[in-house]
Amino acid sequence: MKRGILTFLLFIAWIFLTWPFGKEIDWQVLVVGFFISILSGYIFGEGFTESPHKFFGFKRYLWAIAYIPVLIYWCIIANLDVAYRVLHPNLPIRPGIVKVKTRLRSKSGLTVLANSITLTPGTMSVEIDSNGYLYIHWIYVKTDDIEKATEMIVRKFEKILERIFE
Amino acid sequence: MREILSLIFMIVGGFFNLFGCIGLVRLPDIYNRLQASTKCVTLGTCLTLLGMMINGPLNSSLKGFLCAIFILITAPTAAHALSRASIKAGINLWEKSVVNKLKEEEK
Repeated sequence: MKRGILTFLLFIAWIFLTWPFGKEIDWQVLVVGFFISILSGYIFGEGFTESPHKFFGFKRYLWAIAYIPVLIYWCIIANLDVAYRVLHPNLPIRPGIVKVKTRLRSKSGLTVLANSITLTPGTMSVEIDSNGYLYIHWIYVKTDDIEKATEMIVRKFEKILERIFE
Repeated sequence: MREILSLIFMIVGGFFNLFGCIGLVRLPDIYNRLQASTKCVTLGTCLTLLGMMINGPLNSSLKGFLCAIFILITAPTAAHALSRASIKAGINLWEKSVVNKLKEEEK
């Protein structure tokens, strides 16, 4: 089943890349893409996901769509923040590595959480350990307490990501 | 109108890329530099692609959309890999850094 899902996703991506809008459909391209997605789905499917049944929960997709504006909002704030720090003549930074805790357990959830943390204001994930602790490089450290840092950095994503990946 | 909108997005994206590069020069150590370059270059490139998507024909818009998604996935991952590698290689933080939990726990 893992292989089937990966094949399907790859074929969708292939169609996005090669669909000729307004022109005649090129069957050769489609057939080649189909066989290549089957082949690579067969080879790489085993390492693709841990729990394929999660792909069939319809609510997860709705939460994933709800997650996009949250991410875009924090991404824009992050960029204005970096622009401010970089252009300020005194360079107002106070860097350090802090530790936060997350409730997420699944590998894909942790990956998305780490990537989101990297894109949000002043934080970058450096190291993940297996007990659900993340080490985060913070460009302006406000607190080095685990609970408070978790509240400030992780909470805003965790609530939604829990519903998508757990 | 579409052309103007797309030009605005491209110019703003270019400015964010510029801020990322300024950060790369001004900030003191590798971790801070990675922060600035990753965030600004990701959003800057996505905005440039968005400008292209607004003005271009439909199939290049779709390709631009796919590119934006791949950049959003790969850029933070690359930053994570680089920073983790430099921690493993023993590169220290800037001397004025306030806290380093990773090092405290190793002791």
